[in-house]
Amino acid sequence: MSGLIVHRIGPVCSLQDMGRPGLLKQGLSRGGAADRLALAEGAALLGQAIGQITGPLAGLAALEMAGLGGEFEATGGLRFALSGAPMPATIDGTPVAWNASHALLPGQRLNIGAARAGVYGYLHLGGGIDGVEFLGSRAAHLLAGIGGTVQVGDHLEQGSDRGGVTGLGLKVADRFAGGTVRVVPSVQTGLFAPDVLRRFQDTGFTRGPRANRMGVEMRSGGDGFTATGQLDILSEVIVPGDIQMTGDGLPFVLLPECQTTGGYPRIATVIPCDLPLVAQAPAGAAIRFEFVALEQALAAHQQYETTLAGLRKSCRPLIRDVADIGDLLSYQLVSGAISAHGDRYWDKDDST
Amino acid sequence: MTKQHPQSGAGTGATSFPVIRNIGLDGMLVTFSDRLGEASNRAALAFHAALEQVAGEDGIGETSTSLASAFVRFDPLCLSHADLRARLDDLVQSRDWYGAAMPSGRKLWRVPCVYGTDLAPQLAEAADAAGLSEAQAISQLGTARVRVLTIGFAPGQPYLGPLGAEWNLPRLKALQQVPAGALVQAISQFVLFTAPAPTGWRHVGQTAFRCFRPGQAVPIPLTPGDEMVFEPVSRADFMRIRARDETGAGGATSERIAQ
Repeated sequence: MSGLIVHRIGPVCSLQDMGRPGLLKQGLSRGGAADRLALAEGAALLGQAIGQITGPLAGLAALEMAGLGGEFEATGGLRFALSGAPMPATIDGTPVAWNASHALLPGQRLNIGAARAGVYGYLHLGGGIDGVEFLGSRAAHLLAGIGGTVQVGDHLEQGSDRGGVTGLGLKVADRFAGGTVRVVPSVQTGLFAPDVLRRFQDTGFTRGPRANRMGVEMRSGGDGFTATGQLDILSEVIVPGDIQMTGDGLPFVLLPECQTTGGYPRIATVIPCDLPLVAQAPAGAAIRFEFVALEQALAAHQQYETTLAGLRKSCRPLIRDVADIGDLLSYQLVSGAISAHGDRYWDKDDST
Repeated sequence: MTKQHPQSGAGTGATSFPVIRNIGLDGMLVTFSDRLGEASNRAALAFHAALEQVAGEDGIGETSTSLASAFVRFDPLCLSHADLRARLDDLVQSRDWYGAAMPSGRKLWRVPCVYGTDLAPQLAEAADAAGLSEAQAISQLGTARVRVLTIGFAPGQPYLGPLGAEWNLPRLKALQQVPAGALVQAISQFVLFTAPAPTGWRHVGQTAFRCFRPGQAVPIPLTPGDEMVFEPVSRADFMRIRARDETGAGGATSERIAQ
């Protein structure tokens, strides 16, 4: 079985997949990749099937790297892909493209640095990372104490790879610097006074320093956002994307590893297709929230699902600068993607 | 016929119950009350059991409960909001959910608990807020037979109640960190924490009971409808129980509740 030996690793790197739906009633949130779109992009680059919730992809875990990657040595030949927050990556010192698939030869070292934008980068293997399966998923759920972070010396073994081409790239939506996030009203929106809701929508937030796979803090200069009688509210079901106000009225946007119920009131819910933008917003990034009608949210959701379904077809062979080809031709058959710096493969409107 | 429970809308924004509302883009919530109560909790549990029968069909995904609501996640591109709402409404109207029986196979758990001391530093503050001495508070909380109203927040973590009206204390504004096994109190309820977490509830007792035991045959021991008593033990006894506990039971015993 081929795989990777971990020689260096960032502090919060864990195996993630589509998570564990079905255990909500026992208090366990679905969890899974913080940026589910990035998980799908990596799968597309490696020609893997995308099971939406269950199905083939449920068996394929990727390495989620928060802010900082690591150094990995191949124990056998393997295919891999990189997605999510762009990070500088090299194979034996030679830079390779992000949002692309590559090959590693036995003994070669893949080095992944700190995120240039965004938060969560992903390393996918052709056969998926064969971590320990628990309750139908290989995803670490750090809040629940399921699995843990990847450590130096760990072996990331891959499952069986049916094989496929490497050297493919994918243009992705830029979701790594904050922006406007669409929200829909939720069951407790009505507890907030109209002027509070207006002020919430008009406020320019920045992503605060407190953020993990459970949720992301939003900060603004002004007053907090409080609801009527908010310290006495009966605890109610929470869904990922909920924007929860703590006691002092500071908003937290809840992510896949969130609690399943809670009592602090939620002002609105981020629609699923905009949640990667929140998860990927680095500390200090500007965020705004915009209420949209249900129909508009559903149209965006439909478009997102269409994008997901079309990801494989959107993968294109990486393009190199002519000037590079002379010295890289020998590499091309192996990995299909080498460059002096990661941004050279795309046109001028490079999305990374 | 389903009884309507006209109540103030405080806490939910709704004015009459049961009420069906969207939660997020792909969830719907059927709420039986905005107040903690026996009947609405039984209604939520029974309605959830009925929902479980249809989970997995036609775009209907997973289901869960809260204290007085049942939740269903669905695929809105496969099943429209209007169609799901109509289906849920039919189910709501099909019987008197408030009169539903408790689930069968329930258990009574007796869990050793140290109240106050440095291990549960907010007992005195909670007793004061409830208008009781510390001894009175321990006597009340230590004999209260509370029910698992729902499991939520973290794996296997119970919301327990109802406690008497004097314990209808608001949450604290500032969050504090409590350890696993912490018994915390607010809004006429206890929560028994699965894992270390921030909370605005008051930390009144400490147990060695583990609500989530990955790797064991029964990783989640508690089920909604189960009852629990947190029996007072001294700090020294608690330390002994915790030191020799290997299973996560924390000295707890359980027995079946006769139907």
